[in-house]
Amino acid sequence: MTQFLDISGLCARIDADGQEKEILKGVDLSIPPGEVHAIMGPNGSGKSTLAYVLAGREDYEVTAGSVTFQGQNLLDMEPEERAAAGLFLAFQSPIELPGVNNANFLRTAVNAVRRARGQDELDAVAFLKTARAAAKELSMSPEMLKRNVNVGFSGGEKKRNEVLQMTLLQPSFAILDETDSGLDVDALRIVAEGVNRLRSPTFSALVITHHQRLLDYLVPDRIHVVAKGRVIHSGGPELAQQIDREGYTRFLAEAEAA
Amino acid sequence: MSAITQDRSETLAPFGTRLDRVTDPVRKAAAGALHRSGLPDRRVEEWRYTSLRFLNETPLAAPGDLYDAGKIQAQLEELGLAAGPLADLPRLVFVNGRYAAPFSVLPSGVEVSFFAKAQTFGTLSSPDRDPLTALNTVLAEDGAQLQVPAGKNVGHVLLVSLGQTDEAVSFHPRHAVTLEEGASLVLISIQAGRGRYLHNPVLEVRVGEHASLKHITLQKEGEAAACLATTYADVAGRGTYDSFVLGIGGALSRQEIHARLSAPHATVHVNGAQRLAARQIGDITSVVTHAAPDCISRQTVRNVLDGHARGVFQGKVYVDRVAQKTDGYQMNQALLLSETAEIDAKPELEIYADDVKCSHGATVGALDEDQLFYLRSRGVPDAEARQILIHAFMDEALALVEDETARALCVQMLAGAFPVTGETV
Repeated sequence: MTQFLDISGLCARIDADGQEKEILKGVDLSIPPGEVHAIMGPNGSGKSTLAYVLAGREDYEVTAGSVTFQGQNLLDMEPEERAAAGLFLAFQSPIELPGVNNANFLRTAVNAVRRARGQDELDAVAFLKTARAAAKELSMSPEMLKRNVNVGFSGGEKKRNEVLQMTLLQPSFAILDETDSGLDVDALRIVAEGVNRLRSPTFSALVITHHQRLLDYLVPDRIHVVAKGRVIHSGGPELAQQIDREGYTRFLAEAEAA
Repeated sequence: MSAITQDRSETLAPFGTRLDRVTDPVRKAAAGALHRSGLPDRRVEEWRYTSLRFLNETPLAAPGDLYDAGKIQAQLEELGLAAGPLADLPRLVFVNGRYAAPFSVLPSGVEVSFFAKAQTFGTLSSPDRDPLTALNTVLAEDGAQLQVPAGKNVGHVLLVSLGQTDEAVSFHPRHAVTLEEGASLVLISIQAGRGRYLHNPVLEVRVGEHASLKHITLQKEGEAAACLATTYADVAGRGTYDSFVLGIGGALSRQEIHARLSAPHATVHVNGAQRLAARQIGDITSVVTHAAPDCISRQTVRNVLDGHARGVFQGKVYVDRVAQKTDGYQMNQALLLSETAEIDAKPELEIYADDVKCSHGATVGALDEDQLFYLRSRGVPDAEARQILIHAFMDEALALVEDETARALCVQMLAGAFPVTGETV
């Protein structure tokens, strides 16, 4: 138990075309404050499901286990309450919102969270100033604040927009679900730097990735291997190179044997 | 084949003897047609989705001449027409179907006359085919008749109809707008009121060559009111009739538009949006006739329906044999906010030319769960997230209103009826 984020025996399923499918089968994972952990694992192992369940997506049904976030039962909270409590999910496929201006969206989100946290709301001028500065650090053109949320954005622009939202919402715990997918090396570095800037004793992150490459820029404190809905192995940052060389076969075999 | 003559005049009972007091030959002919057809019920194809039963519940008297000026002023204020940027625009205000000079400001550069004086009916409408037009023809008392001289750009004119009544009444204004060659006008029709009434206007529009009419209709009739409006537009070569209807109010409303592209390179837009709740019924029906080659028609209608509300969209595009190179587009989209809201959509393409580009489509759905979750995961509370998405859906339709003054008025009316709590930067 870390008193920050503790996941214990978490099981979850989804109703897929009338068939209930068990995806998480007893996930145990603890992340202490100030640490960045990575999750790696084969396709279909439940990595994204874990991210969605933590963020509160309603189409997943939690059937067993618990998640405690800073002393609160996370699973009892609405998605917006989780955001206000400091949780942020950077989506693997960010959603397009036609007709919703990006700057309005960001300000609405920031002020909703500030209200919930008992902070004063930002006025339009103060907000735009902050947003423009944050966008600049992510090498985003100010034009992107004027466009509709994610509509017509390239893959890389969408991912940067996710990191921009994260920067402005100031979470204490961020989940990055394959934020590196579809990014070229330059974009990858910019995104990783965006996350690194947030690193502090009061910021933790869970980075879901397929590739070691992101972890070269965003060096994690721990790496967990997830397969078949469970954490089957955990280790230090050096685990990334080992997985890159050998794949998951050995971990899977060990898990089978255990 | 045996002809069965059925007397459907019992459907006219709410109007009592008002229909029998006509002497004018045009009115008499219309009364005859109306007595034969009666008011349509849902067995009539054009009225399959919209029932007029609402009208049968109470007798509808002719409104008196008197009105409460204080209440009219209050309505104008509520509509945002008494102060602010709209206060200075020329306007023709009708109360219970009659011109109310004290609230009106005549536009300059436009020839204005009134139906009450001239009693002239246009030739675009078809009372023999359209019973609601026949009803108007029999009972019309007043209306605005505007003529914009050739080459003249007169800017905005508001055509305001207010219902203000304690007893159930009906009024049937007869309006006409003619734009001569190269003239342009932005006509903003506002339909609003209080009490139980039927507002049954007919508008005939003639757009001359190279002329341009932007026509925005904001329907915010009273909760217990019905608005059954019919517009006939004829557009000459290289002329444009760009219309947009925003429907918010009324227990029952139907905006029926017949637009005819009668010479090459004419353009017609028949766009609209409605946002309805409770048990409101809102019908947008249009017939666009391409009677000449190289013309363009565009139609996008969006509906947001909550409660037990019902939206009806009937859009017919008729392309005559001579209308080669027609470019027609039609789209109807509905967002259903409750399990009990309903949309009935009937697109119709009738094409007799072989070299045309016509497309149509329709979508119906609830709010997108992925979008909702995305907003909520950013801390936006559920109710606010829903409002943002509804607002965005409507906003994309309002973006079709090119005239900024009219669009601002649409936004303001919509916000007044459905407050949005989201931020604006």
